[in-house]
Amino acid sequence: MSALLQKVRAFVAGDAQADRVVPPSGFTARLTSFAAGAMAFLAVFALALSLASGRLAQRWGDELARSSTLRISAPVEQMAAQTAAALRVLETTPGVAEARALSGEEQGALLEPWFGPDLPLETLPVPQLIEIQETEDGYDAAGLRLRLAAEVPGAVLDDHTRWRKPLEQAAGRLRMLGWVSILLIAATTGTMITLAANAALAANAQVIAVLRLVGAQDSYIAHAFVRRFTLRALLGALVGTVAGLLAVMLLPAAQEAGGFLTGLGFQGLGWAWPVLIPLLAAMVAYFATGAAARRTLSELD
Amino acid sequence: MAYSYGGGELLSEISLKLSPGSFHFLTGPSGSGKTTFLKLCYGALSPTSGDVRLFGQDVRAMDRDDHAMARRRIGVVHQDCQFLDHLPIADNVMLPLTVSGKDSIEHVADLKELMGWVGLGKRAGALPPTLSGGERQRAALARAVIMSPEVVLADEPTGNVDWEMSQRLLQLLIELNKMGKTIMIATHDLNLIRAAKGQVQARVLRIANRKLQLAGADL
Repeated sequence: MSALLQKVRAFVAGDAQADRVVPPSGFTARLTSFAAGAMAFLAVFALALSLASGRLAQRWGDELARSSTLRISAPVEQMAAQTAAALRVLETTPGVAEARALSGEEQGALLEPWFGPDLPLETLPVPQLIEIQETEDGYDAAGLRLRLAAEVPGAVLDDHTRWRKPLEQAAGRLRMLGWVSILLIAATTGTMITLAANAALAANAQVIAVLRLVGAQDSYIAHAFVRRFTLRALLGALVGTVAGLLAVMLLPAAQEAGGFLTGLGFQGLGWAWPVLIPLLAAMVAYFATGAAARRTLSELD
Repeated sequence: MAYSYGGGELLSEISLKLSPGSFHFLTGPSGSGKTTFLKLCYGALSPTSGDVRLFGQDVRAMDRDDHAMARRRIGVVHQDCQFLDHLPIADNVMLPLTVSGKDSIEHVADLKELMGWVGLGKRAGALPPTLSGGERQRAALARAVIMSPEVVLADEPTGNVDWEMSQRLLQLLIELNKMGKTIMIATHDLNLIRAAKGQVQARVLRIANRKLQLAGADL
């Protein structure tokens, strides 16, 4: 590990004399820095999207997992008996940690967003809801449905699976899209830096010929180009990342009612992730330029 | 060995061994293949038949790193000099040291002496495009010898200089030979060869009709 760190330190420090053998080339320098900067800016947003979707999936999963609802629709005179029967069934069902019938006020609060606060609940045939909390192992939904069908004919069990799964899947896909975007951004950065490195190498064919004439090994020549492009990419990506982070910070603050978009950003340790973007850009540049240099040098034989 | 290019044979039935400390002149008309022959000598080209050995190693069996290491033992003065135009001439002269990882600060005194030796002491900071043809050739010679190579191959080193300067360059090469370096100078300037007579034991080779011949008696 320390050997690797020493290599990285030596690479960054460089050799002033060796650095000068490759002439400064404005066009490829600007192209590399700009490409790395723009891609880093986009990567910050892709990362923010990915992390926000992860949080969303987690929240939906946590809120809906291990809870289910039993709905009892029965004539008013049978409602209490069926509710009691259902609670008895649930109490004896393995995997059910707790079952509780919602009070009239609680049911009213659930309906309030749609019907307003003055809903005369007692005059309406509103079904009775029972909130079920599962144990970690969960219960056998199919078995419970069979027992309820036999003992509480008006009961309908909603284990939230049909809600939770698509929501979790959607959030998971969104998160995956974020990561795929980061991979595509890295690949695009690599491609653009490869093109810039190829242009620089082609423009410096004469320099390479002179270096070879005086006994330079290919690794020396490649290193001169690789170091230059890596540092340019690192610097460009650093600027792009800082700009991206500032843009994310300027987004409206996350609020309860704000929905997903206002939650796009970084939280807690999530702020550390963008630090990796310039390093990733530098690594991409290092390997892309190294491959381009090796290929060009072998073609210039 | 032989060397062909573009379907035609440029050099054929060539057989030569450069012994350590020897001095050779290579003559022949323009286009006879002198530059090609020198390139074969330092491994920039490979023969199409036969073999070339650099310090006992077959050039075809050498990888690019082997070639680089061999070139550190061979100083080459190119006809067109070939410099890095963005670097001052002193840095160009130091280039063999730079690429071989030697600390250039340790060799500053050597550089100063060498630049003075080739008469470029006051031009050290100039960029190559601002130098005259003669200055470029002297700088190329300085670069070729700064690593104290075992062999110096010079392609028309006096092509762009006046008689006085060509004599000076010849003296530099003779001095190097006296230090034990193997020298080969490709030139069509017979006056230069005559000027060396009596100062150095040299063999004069001539390329004619694609073949290498001994041109008259040795000097």
